[in-house]
Amino acid sequence: MALNIDQDHARFRDIVRGRVRENLRKYISNGELIARQGQDKVSIPVPQIDVPRFRFGDKSAGGVGQGSGKPGDPIGEGEGEGEGDGHGHGKAGQNEGDHALEVEVSLEELAQILGEELQLPRIENRGKQQIAASKEKYTGIRRTGPESLKHFRRTFREALKRQIASGVYSPERPMIVPTRDDKRFKSWKVATQPVANAVIVYMMDVSGSMGDEQKEIVRIESFWLDTWLRSQYKGIESVYITHDAAAREVDRDTFFRTRESGGTMISSAYKLCAQILDDRFPHQQWNIYPFHFSDGDNWSVDDTTLCMKILRENILPVSNMFCYGQVESPYGSGQFIKDLREQWATDERVVTSEIRDKDSIVDSIKTFLGKGR
Amino acid sequence: MAFGTQRELPLYLSDWQQKIEDHARKLGLDFFPQVFEVLSFDEMNEVAAYGGFPTRYPHWRWGMDYERLKKSGEWGLSRIYEMVINNNPAVAYLLEGNSLVDQKLVMAHVCGHNDFFKNNFAFMITDQDRRTPHSAEDMVVSRADSLPSRKWIDAFANHATRVRRHIERHGIEAVESFLDVCLSLENLIDPHGRMLEGRMRTKLEDEEQGPVEVTRFAASEYMQSFVNPPKALAAERKQLEEERDRAKKFPERPEKDVLWFFLEHAPLERWERDLLEIVRDEAYYFWPQAQTKIMNEGWASYWHSKIMTGFAADGSEIVDYADRNASVMSTAGGRLNPYKLGVELYRHIEERWNRGQFGREWEECDVLVERKNWDKKLDLGRRKIFEVRAHYTDVTFIDEFLTPDFVAEQKLYSFGWSQRNDRFEIDSRAFREVKEKLLFQITNFGSPFIHVENANHENRAELLLSHSHQGVDLDVEKAKRTLENVVRVWRRPALLQTTIEGKTTLLRFDGKEHTSKPLK
Repeated sequence: MALNIDQDHARFRDIVRGRVRENLRKYISNGELIARQGQDKVSIPVPQIDVPRFRFGDKSAGGVGQGSGKPGDPIGEGEGEGEGDGHGHGKAGQNEGDHALEVEVSLEELAQILGEELQLPRIENRGKQQIAASKEKYTGIRRTGPESLKHFRRTFREALKRQIASGVYSPERPMIVPTRDDKRFKSWKVATQPVANAVIVYMMDVSGSMGDEQKEIVRIESFWLDTWLRSQYKGIESVYITHDAAAREVDRDTFFRTRESGGTMISSAYKLCAQILDDRFPHQQWNIYPFHFSDGDNWSVDDTTLCMKILRENILPVSNMFCYGQVESPYGSGQFIKDLREQWATDERVVTSEIRDKDSIVDSIKTFLGKGR
Repeated sequence: MAFGTQRELPLYLSDWQQKIEDHARKLGLDFFPQVFEVLSFDEMNEVAAYGGFPTRYPHWRWGMDYERLKKSGEWGLSRIYEMVINNNPAVAYLLEGNSLVDQKLVMAHVCGHNDFFKNNFAFMITDQDRRTPHSAEDMVVSRADSLPSRKWIDAFANHATRVRRHIERHGIEAVESFLDVCLSLENLIDPHGRMLEGRMRTKLEDEEQGPVEVTRFAASEYMQSFVNPPKALAAERKQLEEERDRAKKFPERPEKDVLWFFLEHAPLERWERDLLEIVRDEAYYFWPQAQTKIMNEGWASYWHSKIMTGFAADGSEIVDYADRNASVMSTAGGRLNPYKLGVELYRHIEERWNRGQFGREWEECDVLVERKNWDKKLDLGRRKIFEVRAHYTDVTFIDEFLTPDFVAEQKLYSFGWSQRNDRFEIDSRAFREVKEKLLFQITNFGSPFIHVENANHENRAELLLSHSHQGVDLDVEKAKRTLENVVRVWRRPALLQTTIEGKTTLLRFDGKEHTSKPLK
């Protein structure tokens, strides 16, 4: 069969990359990069182009479903039963417009997919405290093994199969007795895991000019950064710092929720960051990743000078790299990224990225992680 | 005979094909001859991206679908088990490397689909040698004697050739852009009208506007002013003229087949017209499948289950079959699964007709115990479901056979968006509400009804489309973007009359600017 599809596929990729048909770009969506972490349920971004149609508004319609629950219960939750031996049979979106691939994947798999999609390089280890550790993972099934590793479901199924095939099974008295041959056991593989430790310091500007939309972007982006770095290191620690005119260390939850008003002094956050690193994460033992998100508005030129100084003297020497993501907001001047770029134009350790909207998150992640540091 | 791959089916599979088809015929299924082909994973994805066809016209959309299919396959999210094309002979695909149980299951399932393609009335619009029906009897013509021509694989391949020729002449940018415009409008067709095509279309004649004849009663000269008073004559003349002018409204009746209207009346280049025609033809081809999703999948599932458990699966395979069947029928996550809904509804009907649970006596009985034990031993179930599969589509199927018992048994519920909690929530389990929501979901395959109201709006040759609002608003942003495409075809400003948040509104695009104004 001649692969005509290759031509169509190449054409599609060209449109997505913006090489041809500029007018279609406005219809491209990257799929929501959002993750519901509680259930490890994640929708994966596959770019798609939606040709507009006369159609109903999404949410007013609702529909009909099947299953248990009473009126008022949320739908689509808590019903996913454990698929023991994993041959997934997800149905790709049946309805038009139902294109986002929403599937349950583990964060590990997700990182792998992200890595492949964005062609991220694996991070070079900086040779800090390298102890190779191995870990057993249960990945397969075999016919022999200790009783304690018996795979009940598989064993039961084999026994059921045998009994039906040999005519021993009776529906009136459905007794399943596994014999030795029916038994199935979990088997494991030994996987070596990187043991270098890493700490991510998230700093976010929570001054008045950062709105909910900007924070949402930071939240999504930090989720993906987290996911990737976690796949590269064992034992990731996260530190969250919010700042307006003053900085404080907060927990993850607060980090994404607080909203302050008032001015912005970025140096306060950098100071706190440097101090925490100094106190708790000796740089001989830790790979250090400070990320800073802001709308680029700083209090004064003096403060910016101070920031550069702290970066140069206290943060950069101990960090793998320093990443600055600038979220566009209606109020911010966006000056800070220019200052950074001017100062560190040739320094590989400083990575900056402008994140205009949700759709540019992917590009930004690639900028941050594409260096493999 | 092989279509895409030119590969013969391996012997062990063609043996099973023979056996399963023989058995299916014994059970009463009546289908087109079938061709099975084994495809590799990649080929399967390619064919699936083309909607099951080996050849389609070049378009990026297939590439997009291909990427999705390929990725979800590689990531282990989904796998395509079964694909069959409504074609005579029917062509179906098997995935290389599937176990024999899987392959048998697919073959049995395909027999069901194929029987449905051949016998369900909605698929008559895909007959290429279709006669225009003139009476009700024509509509229920028996298929046993004559096989309709459905050489759609060839037709689609011809479409591809035509489009390639246009690309050579006008360049990929121009052709693809116009195809995008057509695809944006492809749901504006009228399948019911299509069935009656020819009869419905009154000829549009440009009659000379002569004076209107007013009826005069015979009377002698001197009685004229009494029998035919001038005032009355004038009034009648005026009325007749108004009627004539109304008839002159163009189109006379609202035209639901908007694409047909464009083909006939829009100022299109020849190649543009050709592209639009292709898109319209293909839209009509796929329409019956969209209209009968629940019935069709249910029917195929009913028969794969009968064939597998009663014949094709042996003892050692039955557990694997059950496992596979269960995952196809899964409703995990509260989703409505058309396979499950369909097959259960057929079984429900079969049981009701077996036990005589229909008719007035049954409807009027309200003694619970009596209803529960109601069994007249009529054994009409099998006959009834064969009849149902021929004469219904999803909408009428649900409308007529969904019962309160069934809704409760199957744990169906209606859901809606909760503003307060920012999530979808279960609304109700009441029969009436579930049925209403379900019918709405499938009516017109979830597409809004939009027709051409007036092609000479305000005497400026502007095109007025009208949306028959049925409780749910359009996505206004998308509607505006689509209106831009209407203008691209019509080459004059276009308007859409719809209802937004309870107000009748007129959206207008003049080629540069969008306006929106409420209508009194």
